[in-house]
Amino acid sequence: MLEKAEELTGLFKNKAEQAKKSADIEKLRVEFLGKKGHLSSLMQELRNVPNDQKKEAGQKINDAKQFIENAIAKRLAEIKEFEEKMIVEQAEAYDESMPVTTDFGSYHPITLVKNECENIFRSMGFTVEDYSEITDDYNCFEALNIPKHHPARDMQDTFYLSSGQLLKTHTSAAQNTILRKYKSSLEKGNPIRAIFPGRCFRNEKIDACHENTFFQMEGIMVDKDISISNLIYFMKTMLSEVFQKDVTVRLRPGFFPFVEPGFELDIQCLICGGEGCSSCKNSGWLELCPCGMIHPNVLMAAGIDPEEYIGFAFGLGLTRLAMMRYGVGDIRMFNSGNLKALSQFTDKSFKKPEDEGRHN
Amino acid sequence: MIVSINWIKDYVDLEGFDIKNLINKFTLSTAEVEDIYIKGDDVQNVVVGEILSVENHPESSKLHLLKVDTGDKIRSIVCGAPNVRVGLKVALACDGGRVPAGFIEKRKVAGFESEGMCCSENELGIGDNNKGIWELDTDAPNGTDIKTIYPVDDILFEVDNKSLTNRPDLWGHYGIAREFAALTGRTLKALDLAEVDYTGEDKVSVEIPRKDLVFRYSTVKMSGISRNESSMAMRIRLYYCGMRGINLLADVTNYIMLEIGQPTHAFNADSVDKIVVKTPESKINFTTLDGTQRVIDEDTLLICNGETPIGIAGIMGGLDSEIVQDTGSVVLESAVFDGINIRKSSQRLGLRTDASARYEKMLDPELTLIAVGRFIKLVKSLDSGAYVSSKLNDLYLKKYPQIVLEFNKKYVDRYTGIEIDDNRIINTLTSLGFGVDYTDGNFTVTVPSWRATKDVTIKADIIEEITRVYGYDNFSITTTSLPLKPVKNDYARMADDEAREILVKKYSMHEVHSYVWCDGRKFKKLGIDVEDNVRVINIENSDNGVLRNLMVPTLLTIANENKGFSSKFGIFEIGRIVNGTDKDGNCKEEKHLGIVLYDKSGDEKKLYFELLEIISCISAEIKNQKTVFTKISPRHNWQHPKNTASLSIDGTEYGFMCTLYPSNRSKFDKTGVVVCAEIDLNIFDTINAKAVSFEEPSDRQETYYDLSLALNNSTRFEDIEKCWQSLEIAEFKSANVIDTYDKLGFKGITVRLNFVAKDRTLEMEEVQSWIDKILINLSDIGVVLRS
Repeated sequence: MLEKAEELTGLFKNKAEQAKKSADIEKLRVEFLGKKGHLSSLMQELRNVPNDQKKEAGQKINDAKQFIENAIAKRLAEIKEFEEKMIVEQAEAYDESMPVTTDFGSYHPITLVKNECENIFRSMGFTVEDYSEITDDYNCFEALNIPKHHPARDMQDTFYLSSGQLLKTHTSAAQNTILRKYKSSLEKGNPIRAIFPGRCFRNEKIDACHENTFFQMEGIMVDKDISISNLIYFMKTMLSEVFQKDVTVRLRPGFFPFVEPGFELDIQCLICGGEGCSSCKNSGWLELCPCGMIHPNVLMAAGIDPEEYIGFAFGLGLTRLAMMRYGVGDIRMFNSGNLKALSQFTDKSFKKPEDEGRHN
Repeated sequence: MIVSINWIKDYVDLEGFDIKNLINKFTLSTAEVEDIYIKGDDVQNVVVGEILSVENHPESSKLHLLKVDTGDKIRSIVCGAPNVRVGLKVALACDGGRVPAGFIEKRKVAGFESEGMCCSENELGIGDNNKGIWELDTDAPNGTDIKTIYPVDDILFEVDNKSLTNRPDLWGHYGIAREFAALTGRTLKALDLAEVDYTGEDKVSVEIPRKDLVFRYSTVKMSGISRNESSMAMRIRLYYCGMRGINLLADVTNYIMLEIGQPTHAFNADSVDKIVVKTPESKINFTTLDGTQRVIDEDTLLICNGETPIGIAGIMGGLDSEIVQDTGSVVLESAVFDGINIRKSSQRLGLRTDASARYEKMLDPELTLIAVGRFIKLVKSLDSGAYVSSKLNDLYLKKYPQIVLEFNKKYVDRYTGIEIDDNRIINTLTSLGFGVDYTDGNFTVTVPSWRATKDVTIKADIIEEITRVYGYDNFSITTTSLPLKPVKNDYARMADDEAREILVKKYSMHEVHSYVWCDGRKFKKLGIDVEDNVRVINIENSDNGVLRNLMVPTLLTIANENKGFSSKFGIFEIGRIVNGTDKDGNCKEEKHLGIVLYDKSGDEKKLYFELLEIISCISAEIKNQKTVFTKISPRHNWQHPKNTASLSIDGTEYGFMCTLYPSNRSKFDKTGVVVCAEIDLNIFDTINAKAVSFEEPSDRQETYYDLSLALNNSTRFEDIEKCWQSLEIAEFKSANVIDTYDKLGFKGITVRLNFVAKDRTLEMEEVQSWIDKILINLSDIGVVLRS
């Protein structure tokens, strides 16, 4: 009996050496440890062993079983490891350099610039207002202190419609409507802070620098104590956000009938830093947005008492801003519908501001 | 307008100031300066020379060999000018000197050495006369630098005319000098005027039937004028400021206009007996002094001699009464006409002159007599024989009211947000010509006549005067203190953004912008008619006049132009259209979203279903609602009769989708396909968004049951869907189409119905009982199980 157990161990060692695959090991397990395996039959034979030797023989068989079980586990682990290694070796190494499609569609560049500006203004407590493209003489001129025969009406060649209305020549056309909309709220102590982006139209010949259809964004702020000092502060803060860097601004007198005083706001050229270059016609400054304190007549036209309330207004040329932002040289691109050009504008790039501490 | 610093210095002492800094200050405080030109730097070592001898060049008929005395020595000069003669004083650029064209060196000219160059006015950059050399009228000794005799050195700056539109007072040097006085704190010198020193009874006869168009009309006559040319100094100034020297009287009137901004006109006294200022009864032809015959209409103001027109008021004189040489006696007209009338006349005539540009800014009528005084002064100083030969005839028909404004210091403080010293306010206003009375913090300000024609009318205008001279750069800047208040969401705008995001990010579409009017030419290429709508009446190209009543046609033209961009693409635009007019005749403007999908090699049905998905996605994402598509008959002749559907939610129709009518489609692309949709965003915005309702998920197994159905061609999925929806089975969860079959006119569909109960696992018998009921419903509409 003792010899048989020894033999069985020897046999197993032999066979185990030949086993190369996990399936071979499984066969061995069945052959030696299975219900009808060698060890089972040896256990059967134990019955015939004399009682005094039973204990020793049983011990031997158990040892053999222990040995085989351990050996199987060990060998199985070795083979598994080898097999996995083989799988890895045979696996394909993927080529990450293969071209893939990342194409989203594209936003119109005006949408991108407009959204950016709207977000900035919303963050400063401004509401974003909507206004029609078609308006009338009253809203576009009369309510803005531009009476009939005023040369300002020549300055903006207007598209008139067969309905007797006109296509708005500037976003200022929305001022009266928006001032009226918020008049009662203003009188309850809520300052008016509103921007109104929109499309404007002027009867101009189209060339690389001129379009008859373009976008502006107008903003107004009205309260009891709004000063020129506030206006300058606000414009500087707002433009620093728009350009994502600290901008230097200067104000000069500018004439617009709906503001008094009126200003032309220049920013120091962002390309040359004020040294003078071709973009700023060597002046170091770029004329960017007209602004001013809202003319008392404009407030009055909306039923707001100019003795009690005061405010400022400004206009931003969104199309111009988009040209600056993306380096667009020909304004005709915006309305061209040319997808070879327009498909390049995506909002994929979130640019971190150059100078995070610019408001300190 | 070009401004000469020399001229400004006649009226303000600028000694000690950096001129370029001052000009920059002018930009920041008054009006934008576009350019600065330094004059005279390129004229060096040009001296008075006297021609001692003139010899003909042996080989050239044009050239002369001169000996010129330049004080230090006698120079040999080779000169080609025709007007050389012995004794003539010339401007000689000596060797080592410089003229604008370059440096002067001793060199051989046609075989003879030349030690300099006799210069014409043009060669020195001080005039446009280049017919011969400049003949100096000076007693200065030979060798004197001409710059010490003539004002060749100057600094000019050009002011953007647009920034002067509201400032009639700045259209002359004197007004600009006033600004410089205010900016430097120096005194503005008075203009040198002469009296009308005539004692007789003669007076130019003036009659003004159109009193409504004339503010003031002043005339005086001068005689004994024998000199033809003005002075060189005056001509250099005029030339530097962009005008040409013509003759004495034209130069003097131009000079006065550039100096005080008041246009004047000198008529030949022989052609004027009785001035009548009127408009013609009917259209007439009239030749202006530029030699052009023009048609004058009934609204254009004329200056007439009796019945004969001699000038268009405020715009241009007539050819026949032009001052020519040897005009011994002149009638000076110094008038202010109605600015609006002049502007409109000048627009109708297409004739804008220096005079009309000034009149349309609304000139101060007080200027007419100043111009008269200046005219007499200048003419007399240039021609000692000239004298005033009539009384002044001054018809002051319309006077601007004097404007007095009252405000207090608190008003200024509130407007500016900074503290500006009382004295500073008083000094600024005084230096600009305002009368200021200041007591106990209250200002009473009288607006000077030259600012009172329209420019300064309310107290806010005074704020501008105070602050611009104070300097915006000097403002300390402060933020506002406003109450904390949330900004309300604008859902319509959010919906637009959401739709854009879905289209760009999920469906890779491109956003475009197009014009609000139709391009008839491009429509025609696709066989699309421009439908009747409101038009732009003054657009240049008549093809472009009609406003679009839909987005899609324009988007189709854009897609058509982009066929080379990609074999498959989608475009969209959110913009405005005009849907005719309302009962008051006003445009019905609507905000629409237009979508066009194009596939060069795709099949139309597939593309149509893609569009269906896009629209469903938009309504699901923005409204959490299902869009119902209903077949409609085409509303536009380019829409396909079978495949045009309306879009609606909760019975509210908000748009359409369609394929193109075959003939339009084939014009678009022979092989490619195109589908389109349009959403009225104004209506879409009125549709309620369904709230997201949460339901505890069931942990029971779902049971599904597949039905393979055979359909008629006319059966729509929504008909089938009703067969189980109408049963309102609580355990019904969803239905998915897992297969469709369409062959040889035989249509089939396999639908998987999913059921689940919250409280129990469903038994097959229960499900089968529902299926049986569904099958009965199906058979009622002719749908049977596929065998």
